[in-house]
Amino acid sequence: MEWLLNDRGQTLPVDSDMEVQDWSGVVSRPVHLRKRFLALVGLGGMAGTAAREGLTLCTPALNGLPVVTLVINVVGAFLLGLLLELLARGGADTGLRRTMRLLLGAGVLGGFTTYSSLATDTALLLHGGSALDALVYAFGTVILGAAASWGGVAVGTTTHRLRSGRRGR
Amino acid sequence: MSVLAFFAACVAGGVGAGLRVFADGLIRTFARTRLPTATILINLTGSVTLGLITGLADAHILSGVWRLILGGGLLGGYTTFSTASYETVRLLQQRQWLVGTTNAIGVLIIAVAGAASGYAIGLSL
Repeated sequence: MEWLLNDRGQTLPVDSDMEVQDWSGVVSRPVHLRKRFLALVGLGGMAGTAAREGLTLCTPALNGLPVVTLVINVVGAFLLGLLLELLARGGADTGLRRTMRLLLGAGVLGGFTTYSSLATDTALLLHGGSALDALVYAFGTVILGAAASWGGVAVGTTTHRLRSGRRGR
Repeated sequence: MSVLAFFAACVAGGVGAGLRVFADGLIRTFARTRLPTATILINLTGSVTLGLITGLADAHILSGVWRLILGGGLLGGYTTFSTASYETVRLLQQRQWLVGTTNAIGVLIIAVAGAASGYAIGLSL
């Protein structure tokens, strides 16, 4: 294949249909198609998974209920609400803010929390004949999770208000 | 369980998280709906697959190590509870009561049914 050098010294494929990463900066490709951003998410996802699996393997189920997964999901929901609210109030989703959202939000917290375990553990409780436990566990996670997300957003709003108030004085 | 298996599960979790963001972006370019379709489809497919893997492990077709790497790692990283929960709260804050409740409760019921079906299939193989 033939390659040309553009005015920035970057190599361009002769075939104009080929995608070139960060070529001009004018037309930026969406986040999910950029390897650098996906790598950032992957790195965060590794850390989040390590924390979740570490906690899960160390903590036995309580009366057959996967309480540790519930705590992980609720804590993760709170932290994501807080993070996204603080980032959104800080300004546009670019630069360092986007890096933080991808690394910490989509990566660490996305990898830390899990929906598939919630669904499968509930199905296993039903399969084992503990219908009441299944109901309490599943609905409990979703309701506490929503309350935690809401709380995280609220704490983020208050924190931002206090900070900008102090700056204004 | 070896340290190597744990490390492999963490790497798989990173791959799963990257896969989630890729799938999310891909679905968003096609589906523009009030319900967060991307997160829903990701969590539903992940739940069915984890059910299947758990069934296969319980049927002794899949070893415990692979259950950890593919289940706890890959699918744990691929699916996400925090985003689903955040999107529910955003919908409720916009007074989209029905859409918000469907996103929380409706999706949960379908995901559990999907995981149960996957588990039953895995066990029967």
